[in-house]
Amino acid sequence: MSVAPAEVDLPRSADKPTPDKPWVTIVWNDPINLMDYVTYVFQHVFGYPKKKAEKLMLDVHHKGKAVVASGVREAMEHNVEVLHGYGLWATVHQD
Amino acid sequence: MEPFRSTRGGGVKAVLAAAEASLLRSLVSQIMDLIEPEAARATDLDELEALLTAPAAETPSDPVLARLLPDGYRDDPDAAGEFRKYTELALRAAKHENAQMMLDSLPEEGGKLQLTPDQAQAWLRALNDVRLALGTKLGVSEDFEEQWDGLAQKDPRRTAFEVYAWLGAVQESLVRALW
Repeated sequence: MSVAPAEVDLPRSADKPTPDKPWVTIVWNDPINLMDYVTYVFQHVFGYPKKKAEKLMLDVHHKGKAVVASGVREAMEHNVEVLHGYGLWATVHQD
Repeated sequence: MEPFRSTRGGGVKAVLAAAEASLLRSLVSQIMDLIEPEAARATDLDELEALLTAPAAETPSDPVLARLLPDGYRDDPDAAGEFRKYTELALRAAKHENAQMMLDSLPEEGGKLQLTPDQAQAWLRALNDVRLALGTKLGVSEDFEEQWDGLAQKDPRRTAFEVYAWLGAVQESLVRALW
């Protein structure tokens, strides 16, 4: 048996001191994903109430994109991974 | 097809014609071939080695693959490459697994289809991947019905547009049954 190192967090670029700009998850409009599907995914992935999920979906549809979450970089990268699993066109961005 | 309906316990059910089941099987199999991770054939050690030494990965040149496995960063190729390097293999594996779950639950000759909540989630994603692939191949816009109407009667793409429209209806009924 061996003892695991106490530090479990991988050092990542996000740990470097950066200006106080928040990281965001953006979803971009695309012609294929259905409006109801996108709303459902926002509810299912983020736990948003239907009204909020619908508003975000309509923002994506009409404005071409919407910020669907904000927070630390790792969390936004995780969101994007999950959304890619659902086929949504999502990216990480620093505001 | 009888559209999806919710069942007790959070699952869904539908009824498929034999031709519909066969069409879905063929489309989902094509997706599986397309996204099969090449490294899946390598040993775990090779994978680890590859992860440690590989340069940042590039966006696939095939537009369908690029749509199924999109960049995680826009206007930042370095960050997009790093993100892809650490996530693409898992994304491919997840899509492959969803497609396999869909295939496994498809009734061979059509007929009654009964899905557990987990199977329904796999269907939702795998069906969407099929729509993304076909829609990208066809170059559909949001007014795809106008594109479809504009095709000559003899245009071979008419059938593909018909399939694309049908897949949209199936997906819509699945979403509504899960809500």
